[in-house]
Amino acid sequence: MSLQPASTEIAARTAAVISTMKDLEGPLLPILHGVQEEFGYVPQEALLVIADALNLSRAEVHGVATFYHDYRKQPAGRHVLKLCQAEACQSMGSDAIAAKVKQALGIGFHETARDNSVTLEPVYCLGLCACAPSAMLDGQVIGRLDDEAIDEIVAEVRR
Amino acid sequence: MSPTIYMTIYIPGDSGALALGAEKVAKATAKELAERGIAAKIVRNGSRGAYFLEPMVEVETTEGRRAYGPVKAADVKGLFDAGFLTGGQHRLALGDPEDIPFIAKQTRLTFARCGITDPVSLEDYEAHGGLDGLRKAVAMAPLDIVKQVTESGLRGRGGAGFPTGIKWKTVLDTTADRKYIVCNADEGDSATFADRMIMEGDPFVLIEGMTIAGIATGATKGFVYIRSEYPHAVATMNKAVEVARKAGVLGATVLGSPNAFDIEIRVGAGAYVCGEETSLLNSLEGKRGVVRAKPPLPAIQGLFGKPTVINNVISLASVPIIMDKGAVFYKDFGMGRSRGTIPIQIAGNVKHGGLFEIAFGLSLGEIVDEIGGGTRSGRPVKAVQVGGPLGAYFPRELFDTPFDYEEFAKRDGLIGHAGITVFDDTADMLKQARFAMEFCAIESCGKCTPCRIGSTRGMEVIDRLAAGIEPEKSLALVTDLCNTMKFGSLCALGGFTPYPVMSAITHFPEDFKPAPARVAAE
Ligand SMILES: Cc1cc2nc3c(=O)[nH]c(=O)nc-3n(C[C@H](O)[C@H](O)[C@H](O)COP(=O)(O)O)c2cc1C
Ligand code: SF4
Ligand code: FES
Ligand code: FES
Repeated sequence: MSLQPASTEIAARTAAVISTMKDLEGPLLPILHGVQEEFGYVPQEALLVIADALNLSRAEVHGVATFYHDYRKQPAGRHVLKLCQAEACQSMGSDAIAAKVKQALGIGFHETARDNSVTLEPVYCLGLCACAPSAMLDGQVIGRLDDEAIDEIVAEVRR
Repeated sequence: MSPTIYMTIYIPGDSGALALGAEKVAKATAKELAERGIAAKIVRNGSRGAYFLEPMVEVETTEGRRAYGPVKAADVKGLFDAGFLTGGQHRLALGDPEDIPFIAKQTRLTFARCGITDPVSLEDYEAHGGLDGLRKAVAMAPLDIVKQVTESGLRGRGGAGFPTGIKWKTVLDTTADRKYIVCNADEGDSATFADRMIMEGDPFVLIEGMTIAGIATGATKGFVYIRSEYPHAVATMNKAVEVARKAGVLGATVLGSPNAFDIEIRVGAGAYVCGEETSLLNSLEGKRGVVRAKPPLPAIQGLFGKPTVINNVISLASVPIIMDKGAVFYKDFGMGRSRGTIPIQIAGNVKHGGLFEIAFGLSLGEIVDEIGGGTRSGRPVKAVQVGGPLGAYFPRELFDTPFDYEEFAKRDGLIGHAGITVFDDTADMLKQARFAMEFCAIESCGKCTPCRIGSTRGMEVIDRLAAGIEPEKSLALVTDLCNTMKFGSLCALGGFTPYPVMSAITHFPEDFKPAPARVAAE
């Protein structure tokens, strides 16, 4: 079987991630996190390499990777914006905030803007429930979202 | 030569404070210090939990600490001009933080240091009573530690309220070559952030509690499973574990004793159901986060099939003070079978939102109206949801319910992880009931039909109700569905989703009546 050069590279980088973690107890989730950090998503080719290294079937690794909301099948946009849609944020108007953000970015939840600038996702609680409604932009937390904050976020992801 | 005395400025690094601009305040402060040539140390403390005052900046003065807040980056220059470093007057001055009513009214046992100390300074931790509990524990027999925790009356703070000491006893009594302590830091419930605050603001207290649990049960390895939505907590916990290892608090000889104990931090992957203990264990093992049937109990066959203590962050973080001050000291707080203190998290549409630690027994009305100060919007309170997405909605008529496990159960509710979401009179309870079903459908692990399929059916039926289609039949169908879910689900995700749904229907029937306006709008 001849591997595509791209696949060879993915395999090599995946193997490097695995080598730092395979001695952990229960290494699969840490490895999947590591792979996602390395590539921005979990490539199909990586699953095969992981399965081999951990002595699991490909189906098992696939089953785990697809169970969790965090692991991406495709790369995200340059930015990832998560809007909290859970109850405490609902009580402070997260629905209306989401509608405004969707309109401003021209995308819905689980979508990436055509220029690849941003991926929009719902999240169910960020632990910022006393500063609702809240959001997370690339790991940066934002509370008490209002029109001004939305404008700033939109400007930031378009930059 | 006398050491240089630095002034100390506290600017929280807690993610709630960061979400309100604390990072910008810290940058602006550092810049002002540099420009004015003032030698001062900035400590990134945790939060004291009064989020309506965050970012709350504190300075150490000769008369004690002085607080200012909520501070915006643009206020920093003015604060320096007003001489805030020595407690100068300013419109944001709050005086002694301990005298702020929201803080003064609390009984801080578990959160004694949170917001006060430098979270990753072990010296600071010890200077404020840290490690006193562990020092006592290493000199005790395991069974005596277990007895003390049992006698304190501590019950699991993760939701189910199971007595912590009894769980530990089972693990102690089960012989095995390896045992584990697993800390459940998945904190997925909306309106809860107590675990996050401890991990970011006083991580050593959790490390100390887990280490005591290890010594008490014969476990040598601990895992903290933190949800991925909490990157700041993950970073602080990793740093604290590193510090604790270097200092010999963790490792082959805990505090120089013959006990070995080490901790590893693990990160979840965005699944609410992984907060359920057996699902969490599967996840740690690298499997799909599917719920396991019990028995076997995790205490007998848990992580990798070994005896495992699995406890919530707050349960474990409450252990050091119980070991230090004694079972009776802790037990003297509270009411009925709910002993000790509980960190109540007041969230949503509320004026004074934040974390309020107090003995069990305060009424819901006192919490919402007096401590919380009513809604942030200024409109009347319509409903409060207690206990997260699986908790019931309470109307004002039930505001006399005391905060106690049994009292809430009597009124078809639960205190869960002690989060409260306040809603004003614009809330639509039908919409809230629908969301409860939707959330269950999104997060179901898929093992039971009533949970996986029932929740989706529930959404559809509530949609029909909203559209005014056969309202009586639809209502009966939802009730029926809730019964099936309640009795036919393996875990509380499917089993408790009926709480928010049925409480909304029972207490707010007007929102479920066919409204001509609603039909017209759709
Ligand atoms: C769907 C579901 C989610 C849960 N989420 C959490 C959680 O995020 N944190 C937690 O400590 N317990 C959670 N629990 C409760 C745990 O199953 C378990 O009771 C708890 O970790 C035991 O620790 P404790 O006795 O110290 O409370 C959840 C339960 C269910 C059914
Ligand atoms: S009730 Fe739902 S989440 Fe719980 S085990 Fe059954 S399917 Fe899984
Ligand atoms: S509900 Fe939105 S941050 Fe908790
Ligand atoms: S597995 Fe079928 S109902 Fe639970």
